[in-house]
Amino acid sequence: MVNRKIVGAHYGLKDWLAQRVTGVVMVVFTLVVAAALLQGAGGSYDSWRAFMSAGLMRFATFLFIVSLCWHAWVGVRDIWMDYVQPAGIKLALHVLTLLALVGYAGWAAQIIWRL
Amino acid sequence: MTTRTLQFKIYRYDPDQDQKPYMQDIAVEVDSTDRKLLDALVKLKAVDDSIAFRRSCREGVCGSDALNINGRNGLACLTDLGSFPDGKPIVLRPLPGLPIIRDLIVDMTQFFKQYHSIKPYLINNDPPPERERLQSPEDREELDGLYECILCACCSTSCPSFWWNPDKFVGPAGLLAAYRFIADTRDQATNERLDNLEDPYRLFRCHTIMNCVDVCPKGLNPTKAIGKIKDMMVKRAI
Amino acid sequence: MSQKVTVRKFDAVIVGAGGAGLRAAIQLSEAGLKTAVLTKVFPTRSHTVAAQGGVAASLGNSEEDHWHWHMYDTVKGSDWLGDQDAIEFMCRKANECVIELEHYGMPFDRLDNGRIYQRPFGGHMSNFGEKPVRRSCAAADRTGHAMLHAMYQRNVRASTQFFVEWMALDLIRDAEGEVLGVTAMEMETGEIYAFHARATIFATGGAGRIYYSSTNAFINTGDGVGMAARAGIPLEDMEFWQFHPTGVAGAGVLITEGVRGEGGILRNSNGERFMERYAPNAKDLASRDVVSRAMVTEINEGRGCGPNKDFVLLDITHLPPETIMKRLPGIHEIAVQFAGVDALKEPIPVVPTCHYQMGGIPTNYHGQVVVPGKRSQNEIVPGFYAAGECACASVHGANRLGTNSLLDLLVFGKSAGETAVEELKKSPKAHKELPADAFERSLARLDRLNTQKDGANVHETQLAMRRTMQKHAGVFRFNDLLKEGVQKILEVQQDVQRTEIKDKSQVFNTARIEALELDNLIEVAVATMVSAEARKESRGAHVRDDAPDTPEHPNGRDDANWLKHTLWYKEGNRLDYKSVNLRPLTVETIALKKRAY
Repeated sequence: MVNRKIVGAHYGLKDWLAQRVTGVVMVVFTLVVAAALLQGAGGSYDSWRAFMSAGLMRFATFLFIVSLCWHAWVGVRDIWMDYVQPAGIKLALHVLTLLALVGYAGWAAQIIWRL
Repeated sequence: MTTRTLQFKIYRYDPDQDQKPYMQDIAVEVDSTDRKLLDALVKLKAVDDSIAFRRSCREGVCGSDALNINGRNGLACLTDLGSFPDGKPIVLRPLPGLPIIRDLIVDMTQFFKQYHSIKPYLINNDPPPERERLQSPEDREELDGLYECILCACCSTSCPSFWWNPDKFVGPAGLLAAYRFIADTRDQATNERLDNLEDPYRLFRCHTIMNCVDVCPKGLNPTKAIGKIKDMMVKRAI
Repeated sequence: MSQKVTVRKFDAVIVGAGGAGLRAAIQLSEAGLKTAVLTKVFPTRSHTVAAQGGVAASLGNSEEDHWHWHMYDTVKGSDWLGDQDAIEFMCRKANECVIELEHYGMPFDRLDNGRIYQRPFGGHMSNFGEKPVRRSCAAADRTGHAMLHAMYQRNVRASTQFFVEWMALDLIRDAEGEVLGVTAMEMETGEIYAFHARATIFATGGAGRIYYSSTNAFINTGDGVGMAARAGIPLEDMEFWQFHPTGVAGAGVLITEGVRGEGGILRNSNGERFMERYAPNAKDLASRDVVSRAMVTEINEGRGCGPNKDFVLLDITHLPPETIMKRLPGIHEIAVQFAGVDALKEPIPVVPTCHYQMGGIPTNYHGQVVVPGKRSQNEIVPGFYAAGECACASVHGANRLGTNSLLDLLVFGKSAGETAVEELKKSPKAHKELPADAFERSLARLDRLNTQKDGANVHETQLAMRRTMQKHAGVFRFNDLLKEGVQKILEVQQDVQRTEIKDKSQVFNTARIEALELDNLIEVAVATMVSAEARKESRGAHVRDDAPDTPEHPNGRDDANWLKHTLWYKEGNRLDYKSVNLRPLTVETIALKKRAY
């Protein structure tokens, strides 16, 4: 195969945009949680549990986890792209990262709805 | 005439004679007619003719004499000698991140390759009219801050993203040029130009570090231009 | 040490990638010819980039204008030394060439109706010298930059083959005088090549670096002019050098005439607008030689400014700051950087500074190099073309008008390219064989430089040359100083023949390049001094003390004896003359007249 540096994968914008959108989601979620903590939601296990198990909050937390994973996927993949050059290893790392992130998201969902 | 002695530490490497690069300590006397770093370099070369550097217009429009001056990229001909503190040597190195040909002269092939990759020319496939293509003063103003680039490479060689991916990331200079044509009302290839940059490396390796803005000797703002390209891509996608 | 020379074959080789070279390259590349463009610096670093004020074309976007008026102004500006056929050709072609540039994408400033913005410029008048006209098409005060980049970009589109950082060394001519290419050095490796071509186009720019105080870039070392002189081509009208009125005092950096076009005023130490006395009609927008001499006269008569009374002031403080920042942003920047003043609030100190070489390699208006021969005084040198500042068509004669230089390089760059294309299509495909001694001159020069012992220091020798030129062939010229100048410059020439460099490296040896450039500069300097000494009249930029303004010889001009072009030959340091072409292509001759603004 020719050893040529090639670019032009045509997916930059989606990821860039996703990183911004997921970033905004995470900021909003963080602010909500911070506000709740300030109002004493974290005072006891019960109050914290009540706060976190509310339907809307479950959904918001799940959204946060998905955003985090998606955000991390773009960032971590960039690291692999920059620092790992052999295509095979790079692809393997991409797949492992994806699997791990999907796994984490699933695990987080389990925890959220177990509350 | 008042004179003063300037101490220099200059990166030296001649592949024809040197095993490896070294920093040369050298001093030169300048007088009050020597205003700029380039004036001092020309005097240095009269002392030691083997110091190699590029220079041409000596007024900041040709972009030849970009150097790393005390750790910061800039043009020698626009750097005031008065801006250097007394007693501390002035450290001159070639622009970072590009292969070195000799002393302060870098191989700019990669830099120009990226510039060429954005198709730096007007694309308009209509038959050329008899007279000029019309453009309103407001539309023309869109090109201000874009067309003035002198391709000195101060920006791209101060950009960590370009250091790491000079073969894949277009870099601030090239992206500024890309937007110069996107912003030109006479150009008809906006879609192709955006397609050309729609890639995880070519455009999106810009992480808005803004070193480019910091060092541009012409006061241009590549980060802003890059932001506008991203805006257009978003608008196109939604 | 004898070097290996690699020969490369091209249809055409262009030396120089400034305005003229790039314009010619567009012509050749778009015609599909195999073209090599050699350049000492990356194309956009060529000195065209520093042009500021604009390019002349009678587009008439702001007011009525006509190429014939432009032609009249150019002939008058040249003090009737310009060839009227070439001048008509240039002025008629101006609109076409400027419009082409616009189509290439050049970002001209615009008028409200969307057309190209035009500003007044020195010496450009309407209705045959009546009043200033807006003829200079501008992109702020960065016209040269915008133009050079637009043309480089067009060449990128046309896939022109550039040899960047290659220095041409010598012209290759065979026994019949035909030009077959050039020898050149790749600066990065120090290797020598021969570019064997069926057409050789010189677009190497001027040699303003022969003077101590110059607006010119370091690279403006007259390489093409020097190469031509060494190859036996005479140099035309080399005594005529333009001193730009407004170089920043001390630094030499150019301040465009467009500043005065936008309303800037020159003042002496009394704050007086002295140009009203010298040019009651055109005032600050008189032609450049007139303004420069007025400034020097003011300074000589004690009305200069500053502690040493050695400059005058260019005042734009009365202009609206918006105008300055919109139309002259680069000037504002230059004033801060090189004069240390904020031009919005303080006037800029300026002095006349060497700017442009009116003479050069003699050509016709097709861009073909012509020399006197058995049949005519303008016999074509086969295979050889020149355009831009290195050439002398002659459209600028004894004094160039501002904005005509960018026009010159567009029109004659294109015309040289076009002619070369036509000639190449006509002539047989095969390259003529290179003569056995094709590389000898270049190799001998390099050999001498490599082996010179106890020689002259390059830096000091070039300083001696520049000081000699400045003192002996400046804005005003004096018979005794010129005579002495000839002796002195010939002494400097002796030193140039024994320059020595310490650096012997093969890799990007800039010391060697500077020594080779000095070989070219000295040819120009000698040609200038010898030609100037010999011309016993005052005309345009050449004004001498022993040819004053008298009723028989207005302005000191002597048409009976000196209405002729100088030709300087390197061999024997000999002068010859040829007549001026007073016959335009289609219109009537613009008759001789006293020049006044």
